Amino acid sequence: MITTTDLTKVYRSQGREVTALAGVDLHVREGEVYGVVGTSGAGKSTLIRCVNMLERPSSGTVTVDGLDLTALGGHEQRAGSALREARRRIGMVFQHFNLLASRTAQENVELPLEIIGLDRAQRRRKAAELLDLVGLADKARSYPSQLSGGQKQRVGIARALAGDPKVLLSDEATSALDPETTRSILKLLRDLNQQLGLTVLLITHEMDVIKSVCDSAALMRGGRVVESGELTDLLATPGSELARELFPLSEFGSGHPGRTVLEITFQGDTSARPFVSQLARTYQIDINILGAAVETIAGRMVGRMRVELSGSHQDNVVPIGFLREQGLQVDVLDAANGAVA
Amino acid sequence: MSSTLTWDQMQDLMWPATWETLGMVGIATAATIVIGLPVGLFLVLTDKGGLLQNVPVARVLGVIVNVGRSIPFIILIVALIPFTRWVVGTSLGWQAAAVPLAVGAIPFFARLVETSVREVDGGLVEAVQSMGGSTWTIVRKTLLPEALPALVASVTTTVIALIGYSAMAGTVGGGGLGDLAYRYGYLRFQTTFMWVIVAELVVIVTVLQLIGDRIARRLSHRGSYPSPLGLLFGSRRRAADDELASH
Repeated sequence: MITTTDLTKVYRSQGREVTALAGVDLHVREGEVYGVVGTSGAGKSTLIRCVNMLERPSSGTVTVDGLDLTALGGHEQRAGSALREARRRIGMVFQHFNLLASRTAQENVELPLEIIGLDRAQRRRKAAELLDLVGLADKARSYPSQLSGGQKQRVGIARALAGDPKVLLSDEATSALDPETTRSILKLLRDLNQQLGLTVLLITHEMDVIKSVCDSAALMRGGRVVESGELTDLLATPGSELARELFPLSEFGSGHPGRTVLEITFQGDTSARPFVSQLARTYQIDINILGAAVETIAGRMVGRMRVELSGSHQDNVVPIGFLREQGLQVDVLDAANGAVA
Repeated sequence: MSSTLTWDQMQDLMWPATWETLGMVGIATAATIVIGLPVGLFLVLTDKGGLLQNVPVARVLGVIVNVGRSIPFIILIVALIPFTRWVVGTSLGWQAAAVPLAVGAIPFFARLVETSVREVDGGLVEAVQSMGGSTWTIVRKTLLPEALPALVASVTTTVIALIGYSAMAGTVGGGGLGDLAYRYGYLRFQTTFMWVIVAELVVIVTVLQLIGDRIARRLSHRGSYPSPLGLLFGSRRRAADDELASH
């Protein structure tokens, strides 16, 4: 649905060059929620703004729903009519909502419909439907200054959906909201994704956002995507940085010298099996559980456990093999610093 | 030599002068808005990073505005006499005085418009761009409506500045209250009359400021709109209460 190929963006100011994007290849499939995560300055904001050409990339291509947007004409600030036409089918929501203070909620939602050229009656009907969809039918006549942050973002989302887009871009949509409101907005995005088959590309600096709504994710650092894929695959990938961030066990103890520390990840039905007691019984070994957690990621139960076995790695090759045979993902940690060996 | 004017005599002089002042300020204000608003907008749009970025145009506009603002008004009146005669057909009377008033106020107002429009959050422009809006749409549906309360405040400020300038219109036989105060009050030692006229001007300015503030406040849906006179009359506190009530 959204594909970027070798996308670069270089800012030039006063003879200095700053590379915001250094060759980004992103592939967002139709109907999925795709999250791009990274610290500030990683280039994720530039990336999402390149998708609808609010920033024109220095090189590379952006294709949305089969249409190569980079090929459409227009100056940095002055979009050509073909690009403006294409943007009407890409909704965007913003961190600071960007609602017009001079318009009511209803009138804000009508704005894109005015741009499309619907008549007054059609605009009213459509805007009322959209406000109802985001659960704000009773606030249609309120001005943004009378709405809470979460309500403003709901108006922002209704507005973004006005042009019946197939793609929704979300630029840190929940970063200015409190945790509870964040959850309700994310739930709304998820519902819209499922009800309307909307493809969502969101950027965030919060792992929790990725964990609660995304099907796939990409980790950005220094203008590059360092890791990407479906969450369930990432969690099954040994040494995955995203999996580690999604499911941090760092606060658990890292074991003692001379022993072996394992990180065991289990998904779906494997979580129901009593593998720890089986292991202890089969090999007559002592298992010390350092920490464990179970969470729902991308709609699936995922658990992680950090355990300590007596003896070195070599002594425990057979038990580790047993665990892997059970369909569990086992990472062996270096006891001294907790890093993957 | 000069006997004190009676109240009736004062009124006979003041009414025509009041209408002359309001007439020339009214016409000048209309012309200032019609020309100054687009000039102010173009100052923003053609500037570096603007929607219609065109640095040479922005520079030239900026220079014209700065030169216009630098020329003392009294000089402007005299220098513009041929132009005034070409526009109005005469260089005398209050109608003629409206021409230099407008020319003097346009650059002043254009700068106020520029500041007001720059205050509009760039995020809103971006939002409209992301909806596929053209530059004209952005100006018409975002920049102007969002800046409207500030634009109304700018018009108020301009009108009041014009009333001050209009006192100098007497030089070209423009008449008006300022001229009346100068001729009778100062040149003929009618001190009481002078103070009466000053009092009338204070009333006119205060009423205009209050009307302007009220309109700006009504147009602003942000909950508060600070202004010096509003502060004096306590509307700032009301605004703060509204703000609290809305949360």
